[in-house]
Amino acid sequence: MPFPFSAIVGQDEMKQALLIAAADPSIGGVLVFGDRGTGKSTAIRALAALLPAMQAVSGCPYNCDPATHFAACVAGCPARAGGATPPPKSVPVPVVDLPLGATEDRVVGALDLERALTAGEKAFEPGLLARANRGFLYIDEANLLEDFLVDLLLDVAASGENVVEREGISIRHPARFVLVGSGNPEEGELRPQLLDRFGLSVEVTTPQDIPTRVEVIKRRDAYERDPAAFTEAWRAQDTAIRDRIVAARASIRSVAVGDEMLTEAATLCQALGTDGLRGELTLIRAARAAAALEGRAEAVSADLQAVAPSALRHRLRRDPLDEAGSSVRVERALSELYPA
Amino acid sequence: MTNPEDFCAGVGLLAVDPGLGCRVRGGPGVMRDTVLKALRAALPAGSAWRKLPVGVTDDRLLGGLDLAATLAAGRRVAERGLLALADGGFLIVAMAERIDAGVAARVAAALDHGEVVAEREGISTRTACSIGVIALDEGIEETPPRALLDRLGIEFAVEGAGGAVEGPSADDVAAARARLAGVEVSPASVGALVTAALQMGIYPLRAAQLAVRAARASAALAGRGAVAQSDLEVAARLVLAPRATQLPPPEQQDAPPPEAPPPDQDEPQSSEQEKEPQGPLSDRVLEAARAVLPPDLLAALAGGGVLRSKAGGNTGAKLKAAKRGRPIGVRAGLPRGGARLNVLATLRQAAAWQKLRGATAGRVEVRRDDFRIRRFKQQTRTTTIFVVDASGSAAVQRLAEAKGAVELLLAECYVRRDRVALLSVRGKGAELLLPPTASLTRAKKCLAALPGGGGTPLAAGFVAALGLAAGVTREGQTPLVVFLTDGRANIALDGKPGRPGAEADALTAAVAWRASSYAAMLVDTALRPHPFARKLADAAGARYLPLPQADAGVLRAAVKGMN
Repeated sequence: MPFPFSAIVGQDEMKQALLIAAADPSIGGVLVFGDRGTGKSTAIRALAALLPAMQAVSGCPYNCDPATHFAACVAGCPARAGGATPPPKSVPVPVVDLPLGATEDRVVGALDLERALTAGEKAFEPGLLARANRGFLYIDEANLLEDFLVDLLLDVAASGENVVEREGISIRHPARFVLVGSGNPEEGELRPQLLDRFGLSVEVTTPQDIPTRVEVIKRRDAYERDPAAFTEAWRAQDTAIRDRIVAARASIRSVAVGDEMLTEAATLCQALGTDGLRGELTLIRAARAAAALEGRAEAVSADLQAVAPSALRHRLRRDPLDEAGSSVRVERALSELYPA
Repeated sequence: MTNPEDFCAGVGLLAVDPGLGCRVRGGPGVMRDTVLKALRAALPAGSAWRKLPVGVTDDRLLGGLDLAATLAAGRRVAERGLLALADGGFLIVAMAERIDAGVAARVAAALDHGEVVAEREGISTRTACSIGVIALDEGIEETPPRALLDRLGIEFAVEGAGGAVEGPSADDVAAARARLAGVEVSPASVGALVTAALQMGIYPLRAAQLAVRAARASAALAGRGAVAQSDLEVAARLVLAPRATQLPPPEQQDAPPPEAPPPDQDEPQSSEQEKEPQGPLSDRVLEAARAVLPPDLLAALAGGGVLRSKAGGNTGAKLKAAKRGRPIGVRAGLPRGGARLNVLATLRQAAAWQKLRGATAGRVEVRRDDFRIRRFKQQTRTTTIFVVDASGSAAVQRLAEAKGAVELLLAECYVRRDRVALLSVRGKGAELLLPPTASLTRAKKCLAALPGGGGTPLAAGFVAALGLAAGVTREGQTPLVVFLTDGRANIALDGKPGRPGAEADALTAAVAWRASSYAAMLVDTALRPHPFARKLADAAGARYLPLPQADAGVLRAAVKGMN
C-alpha cells in the first residue's frame, strides 16, 4: 500500500508536475532531481495508486485501448487468438518500475525461452516496455542506468513504438508511456540527451524549517506503523485529487489558450534562449493542463508563470556549471517579463 | 570507539528493529566480531544472516535464471538472489567502502520498498525483502556510497579488542518486536529529535526519521508503551551524534540554526524557538549526543570539514578491470581467446530451432552457429585531475584567473563526460578537495570555496597527483593532469620552508612524474612567468602553457589535444 499522494508535505512543484503529466500524458514525462530522502520515489508511487482505472482489451499484453485495438493490434497478440473481439476490461493504469539491473531482454521483450524449449514454438514474450504502454515508466536513480538502456528508452519514448529484432523475432508493438525519472545530482550528471526528452523537470530540496521537518517525520512514522489506517485517513483527499485529474482530462481539450499567451510563451523562451520549439509547446501544454486541473475553461498568464520553471529550466543553453542557476535564470526572466 | 553501553544498546535496537541498519566503522578485529556475534545471538532462531561480497554481480544480488534447474526441468526456474535470501534477517555488506554506487542503489531500493524486483534474463520476480543492512566500513579515505549511508541508522566505531557486548535475550527481543508497532511517539519527541539533528548540522531527513525509529525500538525493548526521555537520548547518541557535522550550540544559548538566514530574519526565528514547547526537551537530547560526540570532531572541523563525505559519485557502471569493461550485449562468435560464452543467449538462439533439429526431450541441440559471446566495452573515460596552486604567491597573482581557467576546462570535461578530481596545493602540503567524480556541480562548488594563502609545496602536489593518477589507472580510466601554478615552490617535501630545497624537491618529483608517463599540462599562472616553471614542465614532460597567452580557446584546444 503506497504512501498517500495528498499526505506528502510540501514539494508542491513536484506534485503539480506529476499531476500535469497525469492530466496530459503528451507533455513528455517528468524528471525529478534533488536531495535524498525528499520523497521523490514516494510521490511517483503515490501517483500510481491515485490514477483512475482505464479500459483495456482483456488478455492483451500491451494494454491496448478497446476503441483502437484492431487498428493497431500486434501480430500474434494472444488477445486476438480466438478471432472474436475480446471484451474490454477495466485495469489500473500501469506504472512500471524499471529496476536497476534490469537486462535488455526483459526491457524490450525477447524470445519466450520456455515455450521455445518445451514446445519448439517461436513466441515473443513482451517486456517492460509492453507493460508500460498507455501508462508510466518510472526510472529511479535514472543517472545510474546503463547507457545502452538509456539509448533504448529514448528511442522508444520518442517513437511510441518498440521494435524488436532479435533471436529470429521481428515484432513491433505500441509503447506509449510517460517517462518519469528521478535521481540525485551527486551521483553524476544525467546524459544531456536524456535531459531533453523530459517535458517537465523539477528540483526538490530538503525542507529546512523545523515545523515542516517535524510534520514530514510524523506522517512517515504514522504511515509506517499502520499503513492501512493512515491511507484510510487520507482517502478523501486522495479521491479529491483523482476527481481533479479525471475532470481535467475531460476538459483539457476545450481549455482556451489566447493568442496573447502564445506571444508570452514565445517571448519568454526567446529571452531565455531555449533551443527549438519544444519549450514553447511544453509551456503552453503545461499551462493548459494546470488550468484544467483548476477547473478553469481558459489558461491565464498566471498558469504560464507557475509552470515556466518546470517546463524550461532543463532547456536553457547547456552550461553544466550554471546548473544550479538555471532555476534562477528562469525566475529572473519571469520577473523581467512580468514586473510585479 | 563507541563506548560499551552503547554497543549493548545498539545491538538491542538492531535486534528489535533490523530495518534500522548499522554502519560499523573500523577494521576487522575482535571488537567487530564481538558486536556481530552479540547481535546474531539476540536474533530469533533461524533469522537470515547473509554476507554481501564486494564484487557481487546482479544475478547473485537480485536473482535470475537458474540455468541448470531450468534445463533439467524444461521450464523456467528462478534463482533467488542475496537480497531475497536475507529476507527477515541481516545482510552484511563487507568492505562497504568499496561497493559501487549501482550495488548500493539496488540495496537501497530493497530497503525502501521491502521487496526486490528483478527483471532479468527472462525472469520477472517480486520477492519480499525485509532486511537489516550492516555495512562494515573499513574505509580510511573512502566512504561507502551515500545512498546506502543515508539509510543506515546506527553507527558503531570499533577498534581492536574491547569488553564483552551483551545483547538482550531472544525472549526480550520477541516481546519487544510484538510491542514495537504500538509504541507512541509524541509530537514533542519528534520535534526534539528533529531540532537536535538540525543543530548538529544533519540535514538529510532520513537521519531524523531513523532516530525516531530507534527511539521507538528503545522504548519497545524497555517495555514501555510510549517513547520516554531516555529513549530519545539513546537515539541521539546512536543515530544522530555520529553524523554530526558541527558541534551543537552550547546550552542556554539561542544560537541561530545552522546556515542562518539573513540577519533580518534572525529575530523572529530565535523568538520562535523560545516559544517551542519542546525547547528544553531537545536540549536534553542534545546533551546526550554531545556526551558521545567524537573527540576529534573539533579537530576535524578546524581542519576544514574532514567529515565531508569523500565518496565521490562514481556514476555509471564502472566495472573493475578484472571484469574487462561493461557488458554491452552479445554477438555471435566462438568462446575462445578469452571471449566469454553467454550461455543464456546461446540457448535462446538454439531454442528456436530445436524442433527442426529433431531434438528429443531433455536434450538441447546446440550448433556452432548458436554460440553467443559477451561483448564488453572497455571504459575509455578520462579523469581530469586539476592540481591548483592556491598558495599566497599564486593568490596574490591570479588565483581568480586560475579558477576561471579551471571552470572553462570543466565545461570541456562535461561535454566529454570526463570525471574530474581537484587537488589543492597550499600551506604545508597537498589536499584532495574532490575525489574523482562525474558531478561537475560538486567540482564547481569545491572550486569556488577554495581559499588562497600559505606556502607553495609544489613537490607535495606532484606526489599527491601521482598517487591519485595511479588510483585512476587502477580503475581502468585514463588520468589527465592539469597543474595550475606560478612555479614559485618554497616548501620542500618534508614541509620545511626555503626556496632552494623546495625547487630541488619539485624537480625530483617532476622527473618521477615523467617516468610515470601520465599526460600532463602545466599552466603557468604567474603574471610574469618565471623560467623555473618552464623548467619544471620540461622535467615532468608536461606541456607548458603560460596563462597570459592562455585564453579560453587556447586552453580548450590544449586539453582537447592531450588525448
